[in-house]
Amino acid sequence: MSKVMIVDDMASMRKMVTFTLESEGHEVIEADDGDVALELAKQQSGINLVITDVNMPNMDGITLVAELRKLPAFKFTPILLLTTEGAKEKKMQGKAAGATGWLVKPFDPDKLLATARKVLR
Amino acid sequence: MAIDLEQFKGIFFEESFEGLDAMESGLLEMNEGGTNLETVNTIFRAAHSIKGGSGTFGLGPITSFTHIMEGLLDEMREGKREATPEIINVLLESVDVLRELMTAFQNNEDPDVSHMEDLQKQLAVIRDSDAVSSAEINQDSDSQNSDESDEKETTVEGWNISFHPHEGLLKTGNDPALILRELSELGEITIEVDDSHLPPLPDMDPEACYLSWEIHLKGAIEQDQITEIFEWVEDDCDLELVPIYPARNKSDRRDQDRRVATSDDRRQENRRQEARRPSDKAPSKPATTIRVGTDRIDAIIDMVGELVITQSMLSQLGEDFDMSKLERLRDGLEDLERNSRDLQENIMRIRMQPISFAFNRFPRVVHDLSQKLGKKIRLELVGEETEMDKTVMEKINDPLVHLVRNCLDHGLETPEERIAAGKDDEGYVRLNAFHQGGNIVVEVSDDGRGLSREKILGKAIEKGLVKETDVLTDEAVFMLLFEAGFSTAEQLSDISGRGVGLDVVRRNIESLGGGVEVQSTFGEGSAFTIRLPLTLAVLDGQLFRIGGDTYVLPLASIVESLQIQRDSLGGVAGDAEVYRLREEYIPIVRLSDVFSTGEHLDDLENSLLVVVEWGEKHIGLLVDELLGQQQVVIKSLETNYERVRGISGATILGDGTVSLILDISGLVEISYSIRDALKPRLAAVNGRSLA
Amino acid sequence: MGDIKKPTANEAENQFLTFMLAGEEYGVDILTVQELRGWEPTTPIPNSPSYVRGVINLRGVVVPIVDLRDRFNLERIDYGPTTVVVIVKVKNEEHERILGIVVDAVSEVYNISESDLQPSPDMQGSISVDYVRGLATIENKMVILLDINKLVHEGILSKGKEMPPGTGQPAQAAAENG
Repeated sequence: MSKVMIVDDMASMRKMVTFTLESEGHEVIEADDGDVALELAKQQSGINLVITDVNMPNMDGITLVAELRKLPAFKFTPILLLTTEGAKEKKMQGKAAGATGWLVKPFDPDKLLATARKVLR
Repeated sequence: MAIDLEQFKGIFFEESFEGLDAMESGLLEMNEGGTNLETVNTIFRAAHSIKGGSGTFGLGPITSFTHIMEGLLDEMREGKREATPEIINVLLESVDVLRELMTAFQNNEDPDVSHMEDLQKQLAVIRDSDAVSSAEINQDSDSQNSDESDEKETTVEGWNISFHPHEGLLKTGNDPALILRELSELGEITIEVDDSHLPPLPDMDPEACYLSWEIHLKGAIEQDQITEIFEWVEDDCDLELVPIYPARNKSDRRDQDRRVATSDDRRQENRRQEARRPSDKAPSKPATTIRVGTDRIDAIIDMVGELVITQSMLSQLGEDFDMSKLERLRDGLEDLERNSRDLQENIMRIRMQPISFAFNRFPRVVHDLSQKLGKKIRLELVGEETEMDKTVMEKINDPLVHLVRNCLDHGLETPEERIAAGKDDEGYVRLNAFHQGGNIVVEVSDDGRGLSREKILGKAIEKGLVKETDVLTDEAVFMLLFEAGFSTAEQLSDISGRGVGLDVVRRNIESLGGGVEVQSTFGEGSAFTIRLPLTLAVLDGQLFRIGGDTYVLPLASIVESLQIQRDSLGGVAGDAEVYRLREEYIPIVRLSDVFSTGEHLDDLENSLLVVVEWGEKHIGLLVDELLGQQQVVIKSLETNYERVRGISGATILGDGTVSLILDISGLVEISYSIRDALKPRLAAVNGRSLA
Repeated sequence: MGDIKKPTANEAENQFLTFMLAGEEYGVDILTVQELRGWEPTTPIPNSPSYVRGVINLRGVVVPIVDLRDRFNLERIDYGPTTVVVIVKVKNEEHERILGIVVDAVSEVYNISESDLQPSPDMQGSISVDYVRGLATIENKMVILLDINKLVHEGILSKGKEMPPGTGQPAQAAAENG
C-alpha cells in the first residue's frame, strides 16, 4: 500500500480524500497549505503520491509542485492537482511546473481511487 | 456506493461559513480601498472552495451560484476587472445569499432560491458588461445540457496508436509504462518499442525519455477512452490515433473532451441524487460542534494521564492499607483533587472562544447601515481575543446587534449634524470586550448625540412608567429605556426598531445571569455595558451558612469579608443599615431577613459581613458563617421549579445535598422591597457617599 | 368538569397509583409517576410558599418537593417511616418538570376506566375541584383522582406566572443607589 499526501486548505476536502484512500488501505498524511506540505515532504520519506489543491493560502499548489520537483525524492513522484473543470490554464501551468496530472472537482471518490490506481505502481 | 461522504458535510458547512466570513471581511476591506492581491485571493479561494465542495455534496444551486462569483473574482485577481463599490456590494449580497442557501441545506430544508436568482442575474449583467470571461462560463453551463453527440455509436475494431514522448515526459512524474498498462486494460494489445532515438550511453540523460511506442489495440474502444489515458501527457508527447475501422469522422478533439466531461457530470449527478435521498427522509437539525485547538486537547490528554496515574497509585495504596501510609493517602487524595480540578477547568476551557466570532459580523452591519443611513461611521473593535463561553456568546449575539443598530440609527448623527456640532464628520461605534472578575464585559459605545434625559423622562411620564414628581438620577432615567413598554411606534424604523425594544435586550441578558447598564453624556455619546458571567456552567463559589442552610456566592463578586466593628456601623433612620468601610458607606443586606430565616439580630457587632460587588457599587451581606471555597457546577432551578428572586441557580455539594447560589442584584431588589418605605432616606445616605 | 368526559385511550382502563392523605385516598395516573422515595431532608428555597419544602438532589437533578397536606391546608403531621415522596413527571406545552410530592403513605394500584369516573361534587375539603379529575368507587371506598398536571402548573407553580423572569425593578433600584 502507498503513502499519499493530500494538500488542501479545506479540511472537508482533505478528510474526504483521506477517508477514501484509507478505505483502500493507503496511508495518508494531510497538509493544509503548500508551506506545510513542503515541510512534510522534507521530513517524511516514502511518499508515493501527492495530491494538491491549486488555490491555497501561503503557498499555492503550482508553486508547491515546482518546489517538490526540486527535491530529489520527488523528482518522479506522481503529483496530481485538484482542479475544477475547464481550468485549462491552471492545468497547463501545473504541467509546466511538473505536475503529473489532475483530478477534477467536484470530488468523486471512485474517480480518485481509479486515478490513484493509475499512477501508483 | 461504498464510500459515503455524507459524514463530511458537517465539516464542509462549517468551513464554508468560515469562508463566507472571510469573503465578507475581505470585501469590506476592499471597499475601504484596501485592495491588495492577497485579499482578492482569499475571497477567490473561499468562493472556489465552496464551489468545489458544494459540487461533491450535490448542492447544485450553490455550485452554480459560486461559479459565477468565482468567474468575477478571478478577473479581479487577474487585474482584468476593477473592484468597483457596485461590484463589491453585489458580492456582499451574494455572500448573504450563500449563507441563506447554506443554512437551508444544513437544516435539510428546501432553499428559497428567489433571492439567489435575482442576484445571479445581477452578477451575470456585471459579467457580461465585459466579454472576457463570459464565453467560457457559458460554454461550461452549456456543456451540461448538450449530450446529443452521445447517441452516435462508435464501432471501431481497434486503434493504431503511435506514442512518441518528448524527452521531458518523465519529469512530470508520468510513466509510459503505466500508460501502456492502462491501455492494455482496454483490450488486446501489441506494443512495439522504438529505441532508435537512444543516444550513446555517455550522452544519455538518465532522466529523459528516449523511447517511443507503436501500439496496436484491438477492441470496440471509444476514442475518449484512449485520449483520457493520454490526457495528462498530451503536451509532452506526439500522439497519433488511427482507428482501424473508422465509423465516423474523426471529430474535433475539443468536442471529444467535452463529451468526456459531460458524461462524467451526469454520472455524478445520478450519484448525488442517490446520496441525497436518505437525508431527505430525516430532516434533523445538526448537532452543534465546536472547534478546539489541538493544544487544548493535548493538555487534557496529559491531565487525564496524570489522573490515571494518581488513581492507580491510590488503588495500590488501598490494597494493603495501614495507618503508616496515611500520609501518602492524603497526598494522593490531594493530587486527585488537583487533577480533577485541572481537568475540569481545561474541559470548560474547550467551550471558551474568542469574542471575535461574535464581533466579526459587525463590519458588515456597520458598512450596510451607514450606507443606508447616509452616515459616516467607523467601527472600532477592541478586545476581540477575549474569550467567553460558546453558549453565552451565541446568546448575546442578538442583543449586541440590537445595541449596535441602535447606536447607528439613533446615537450617531449625519455628517452635516456632526459638523454643525463641531465634531469630526465621521463618528464611531466601539465594541470593547474585557474580563472583569468572573464576568465578561462588553461595551457598545458611540460618540454620537448622547441620550436626552428630558426626552426619555417625558416619554416615560407619558407612558406612565414614572410619575412627574419622581426624582430620578440620570442613570435611572436612562435605564427607563430598558423598561417594557418604553419603545414606541414613533421611533420604529427598519433599522433598530423591529418591534423589539431594549426591554427584550435586557431580558435576554438577565436570563443569562447578566445585566446591562447605560451611561451617556448629552452631545458626546453613550455607552451600553453588558455584563455576563464568563461561563454558564461552572462557578468558583464561596460557601457560607445562614441559619441551618448552606448557600453559595460567586467568589468573583466578593470584594472582602470582615467582622463588623461597632463604631463603623451606622444605622440610618430606623433599620436601613450602612457600614463604613474606609472611604465608603456600604448598605447592609441582612440575608436572614431577605430569606426570612433565622432571627433578627439587633446587635451586629462581630457578625460577618461579606462585601460584594453590585455593578460598580458595593453591598454588604450579613452571613452567619463562612465555609469553604469550591468550584460548583450550576444547575438551573427553573428546569423543574421556577425562577426564584435572589437565587441564580442551585448546585450539588460534595455531600450530595443541594445548595442554592445567590444572585446579588436579585437580593438587593428584595432587600429594597422589604424596606420600601425607607427609600428616600436610603437615597440620602448614598448621596452622602464620601467622594 | 369537562375533563372527565375527555376520551382517553378509547375507554381503556387507566392505572392509578393511590396514596393516603389525612385519611382520604387519592390517585394519580401511574404514567406520571416516576418513582417512590422515602422522605429525606431538603434544601429550603427562600421566600417560597410553605408547601414547597425545598429541593433535593435526585441523581444530579435538582427536584422540588411539595407537601400535599400543606398545599391542601390539611393538618400537618411529622414525617415518619411511612411518609412517601412520589416523584412525578408533569408536562405542559413547553416543558417537562419533575417534582416530588409528599404523601402520608402509598396505597394501591387500581385499574379504573374513564367511564367509572364520577364528577366530583363540590367538596367542602380544601382541594379545589379544578384539580380533581373525578371520583371513583372501589371496594366501597372513594378514591379522588387528581389531575396532577393541572395541580402542578396551576396550583403549585402558578406563582411563577405572576412573576416572569426579569421582572425586577432595576430602574428603581438604580435610582435608589445612584
